[in-house]
Amino acid sequence: MSDMEETEGAEGPVAPHRVIGTPPPSPRLLGSTAVAEHREPAEPAMADDEEVAGVPHNVGLAPDDPKMVVHGQRAERVVATCFTLAFFTGCAFVAAYVGIGVGTVDKTLRSNLGLGTTLAATLLLLGTGALIWVRHLMPNVELTEERHDLRSDDADRQGFQEVFKEGTGYSQFVKRPLIRRTLMLGTLPLLAAPIVLLRDSGPKPGTSLRHTVWSPGRRLLVYGTNQPITPADFSAPGSMISIVPDGYQDNDDDLTKAAVVLIKFRPGELDIPTRTQGSTLVGTMNWTVDNIVAYSKICTHVGCPVGLYEQTTHHLLCPCHQSTFDAAKGAEVIFGPAARPLPQLPLTTDSSGYLVAKSDFNEPVGPSFWERG
Amino acid sequence: MSDTDFDVPKALSGTGSFLDDRFHGARGLRVLMRKVFPDHWSFMLGEIALWSFVILLLTGTFLSLFFVPSMNQVTYHGTYVKLDGIRMSEAYQSALNITFDVRGGLLIRQIHHWAADLFMAALIIHMLRIFFTGAYRKPREINWLIGIGLFTLGLLEGLFGYSLPDDQLSGAGLRIFEGALQGIPIVGTYLAFFLFGGPFPGHDIVPRMYIIHVLLIPGILLALISAHLFIMFHQKHTQMPGKGNTEKNVNGQPFFPYFMAKGGAWFFFIFGALVLLATFATINPIQLYGPYSPVAISSASQPDFYMGILEGSLRVMPAWEINFLGHTLSLSVLIPFALPLGIVLGGAALWPFFEQWATGDKSFHNINDRPRNAPARTATGVAAMTFYGVLWAEGANDVIADKLQIPLYTITWIARVMVFVGPALGYLITKRICLGLQRKDAAELLHGYESGIIRQLPNGEFIEVHQPVNEEKRAVLEAKPVPALLPGRGSADENGVPSPGSRGALGWARGVANRAFAETVPVEANGHGDGHHGNGHEVEAGAEHAAVGSAPAGSGHGQLPAGDAAEEEPREGG
Amino acid sequence: MSWINARRRRPVAGYAALLLGLVVVALAYGAITSSGGVTQASAAVGAQQDTAAGQKLFKANCSSCHGLEAQGTSQAPSLVGAGAAAVDFQVSTGRMPAKEVGAENERKPSSFTAQEIHQMADFIASLGGGAAIPDAQQVSAAGANTALGYQLFSANCSQCHNAGLSGGALTYGKDAPPLTAATPTQIYEAMLTGPEAMPVFADGSVSPQAKRDIVAYITQTRAEPNPGGFSLGRTGPITEGLVIFFGGLGFLILIALWITARRRDPRPTGTE
Repeated sequence: MSDMEETEGAEGPVAPHRVIGTPPPSPRLLGSTAVAEHREPAEPAMADDEEVAGVPHNVGLAPDDPKMVVHGQRAERVVATCFTLAFFTGCAFVAAYVGIGVGTVDKTLRSNLGLGTTLAATLLLLGTGALIWVRHLMPNVELTEERHDLRSDDADRQGFQEVFKEGTGYSQFVKRPLIRRTLMLGTLPLLAAPIVLLRDSGPKPGTSLRHTVWSPGRRLLVYGTNQPITPADFSAPGSMISIVPDGYQDNDDDLTKAAVVLIKFRPGELDIPTRTQGSTLVGTMNWTVDNIVAYSKICTHVGCPVGLYEQTTHHLLCPCHQSTFDAAKGAEVIFGPAARPLPQLPLTTDSSGYLVAKSDFNEPVGPSFWERG
Repeated sequence: MSDTDFDVPKALSGTGSFLDDRFHGARGLRVLMRKVFPDHWSFMLGEIALWSFVILLLTGTFLSLFFVPSMNQVTYHGTYVKLDGIRMSEAYQSALNITFDVRGGLLIRQIHHWAADLFMAALIIHMLRIFFTGAYRKPREINWLIGIGLFTLGLLEGLFGYSLPDDQLSGAGLRIFEGALQGIPIVGTYLAFFLFGGPFPGHDIVPRMYIIHVLLIPGILLALISAHLFIMFHQKHTQMPGKGNTEKNVNGQPFFPYFMAKGGAWFFFIFGALVLLATFATINPIQLYGPYSPVAISSASQPDFYMGILEGSLRVMPAWEINFLGHTLSLSVLIPFALPLGIVLGGAALWPFFEQWATGDKSFHNINDRPRNAPARTATGVAAMTFYGVLWAEGANDVIADKLQIPLYTITWIARVMVFVGPALGYLITKRICLGLQRKDAAELLHGYESGIIRQLPNGEFIEVHQPVNEEKRAVLEAKPVPALLPGRGSADENGVPSPGSRGALGWARGVANRAFAETVPVEANGHGDGHHGNGHEVEAGAEHAAVGSAPAGSGHGQLPAGDAAEEEPREGG
Repeated sequence: MSWINARRRRPVAGYAALLLGLVVVALAYGAITSSGGVTQASAAVGAQQDTAAGQKLFKANCSSCHGLEAQGTSQAPSLVGAGAAAVDFQVSTGRMPAKEVGAENERKPSSFTAQEIHQMADFIASLGGGAAIPDAQQVSAAGANTALGYQLFSANCSQCHNAGLSGGALTYGKDAPPLTAATPTQIYEAMLTGPEAMPVFADGSVSPQAKRDIVAYITQTRAEPNPGGFSLGRTGPITEGLVIFFGGLGFLILIALWITARRRDPRPTGTE
């Protein structure tokens, strides 16, 4: 079907009506040769407020036009093929389910591929068939439906108001304020019930957010191996490792606050300023052992573990929102949304030489909260 | 042979009579079967969300047969031997079980997750379509609000859904959620402890999220979706401007069998697309992340894309905390948590009413606007999209830094600037583009389209012949609303009383907004089918014309005469 | 009228042109930013000989930055005490000789043979200790405890290198590389020596056995097939979001356009 249409009219060659790429003329409402059939279904006598849409009219050729018949037959074949193929892929899906087992990663991959491809093929074939059916087999019918006013007419509104007032009158709701008010009074506490009933969904926080399980003499264990560690074990400058408190290595609730990151510096690199919060000491060089420093691993922004340690810049970067702390300078914040430095865990060694905590953190660990102070 | 030449089978007519005897359905069903649904591709976007929701229900039911919503710790000795001996929650173990030990489990799990993503993506696109075509206007404001409620619930539903397997990635997200909750003034720590049943992570959050995810929110969603569809049914769908489309009618194909068949086909295509994704694209590989541990974290830890704006807000915010009287107000957490999404969703919810206030337009609208014909609305929409988009991209800043080799902090700084500058630029540029497109439309209506036919005039000049636009195009171009200008501060009636709506600061604001909405390029149509209107040229009905301005001015095609169809002051109206 | 010209103004032409443009840009960008290359597997350590050969190689390739005695200059640090493992890692991954001073060095094809690398490593080791190159047994995955490897990896490595081993961004333009190309020996050596910004995981905190477990976890994870289909880069929800918008919604919008497209029924005879 060429877009170049030259028509030879009676007056001689006329310029083309349409040139390549220009918008097509509007579709004909009626077929030019055959008079389009207006479907006039035998309408029963309808009430005036009937909401059935208008008379459908066929936009296009008559269905028994030979071109349409051929077109329809071709479309029918295509649709039938789609549906038949869908049958086979559907069977293949069942076969794949029965035949392909799972249990290892490789088998799961094969099962997923087998089930997925057959199921997808079935669905897409069904969809394609249905779509071609609509677009090429069903006649191109158009309907016009009237929109009625959504706003009810005044008579109806009036009638509603009357019935409403009548009913309200029966209930004496307006006439007897005492009933009205005591009803509201009576139901009020019940509204608070859903909130009150949730009281036991959890304990009150109390002071639990202010403390962790670290205590004087508690050993530092390497997370995973659960082995204690001496300064000699941790002597290579630039070392970093994740630490958990001895006795709580399996307790996630405690680890959420007690996880610690241990870093070893070269001599002279570590320069922790003495920091106080109010009258409490919260950071000092005295809490390090042999240029080894321990900071809380829990970010003071919203609590992700701050694991990203860059040996060359001694930045501790939290991967969640890029809060960056300078580990050589008491984990002070140098970028990002965290507002407070990471709390420092006071370190010392015990009699066996293992690194232990001198005490708990001197300030609350993790994200800020209202009562933090 | 006529298509209607068949007998209705006894089984069908028998059942029909049986039901009608009891339920009086004949007339109602008849109306339904002939109900008209207009056809436009953008009208199908909401259905993507609808069918995705159905698929979510189906696949979710399957998953709920195998998932164990418990945080009891177990030691894994299952088929995924790489993690043999690891301590994990039963929830994570059951998720591994579904993936590797249930036939079709991985497929269904992935279909479910992809469908959730598609649901949210389709909602976003659908909301944008509604916004840019003005389909939220009277009488559809309530449906718009229901839609925003659906979107918000969908956010929560997705958040809880992907957190159920209790893997490292979603556990980090929950920790962030808890940390942010904790920062809320006065009640934050209580809320966090009540929701999680104690300190994070506790033992209660997974079972609680489970029941919210499979019962509570789906129930509310079902109710809201039903309401949304019923309202749309009852009010009838809007239409795009076009030939024969008026405010008082709907044109299209009948429900039975056309819309039914297309809807069914659409369902199969959506389902098929989701299955294809679930077969060939991995989503949420929990076995790689491992079970949640508060000591561990991965780079590129992001929530699913629809939470991206929240993530980006948290990353873009500089540090800001206020300590006073023994209390801490963590603004670097509270502002990102509440403000950007609050602005977007709250603004969206208020928008229909704001537009009514600004334009004074209280009429019914059943014909959609072309976005270019509502420049202030379109520009605001683009500004909102820019705001949302900048924060969404910032949520991916570490991945962008890694893949595109841009320094990490640079991206954050760019986002900090663009979150303010971007929407302003977006508004200005979009407004100008809309007005430019309007000018083009006006010119096309007036002068016709360039037909590509070059003619040589007797005096030797070459012109390009313009053809009048066809009737359909003409109907679309002419269906342009005329925005009204409300009486401003300067207007006063004969007694010198200014219009009450224009007084005070609010009145001034209303005037500013009104003028922004009313800025438009007027369209002149005379219905002759040729677009010309007495510019002094001979008009031959039906024949091709040289463009105006070509003969005297002696230049090429399509020159607009000065002052014609240029941007004019909006007409005064009431 | 050529085939393309006849269809120049069809609506689909714009989309086709856009798609072509996107593909061209994508290929061009991919060509520019692609990194990586073949790595030289490091053979097992032989006898500690050939320091002379190593010294010659060192003088020719490394001394311009590291000094003739490896004592370091303003451009590069001293290598005394750096150890054989560090040399093996840096040179076999092609990071050394470095492209430019101060830049973060990226993996590239090494220009030395395994034997040459060993000779240089022996030379540096002879200057003063440092970690030795691990032998094959130390990095073998046989009998390794991948569960422990997982725990150590997730707490100390995945925040930079990603749980899916796809790497991650660091500050000021640095990044932690993906772990898909490194050999087991190179992984071991990297942990042991802490190259560039990477922290050191000495044997005191991460024992050789634990390192073996980590290596086994990494090699197993990257060899593991993706049962759910293409991995999308193992980067996580970001690529998933892109796929659902462009892949999922994009595909479906095309289908919607098909569903609602104007029907092109056969025209009546006589009007063509």
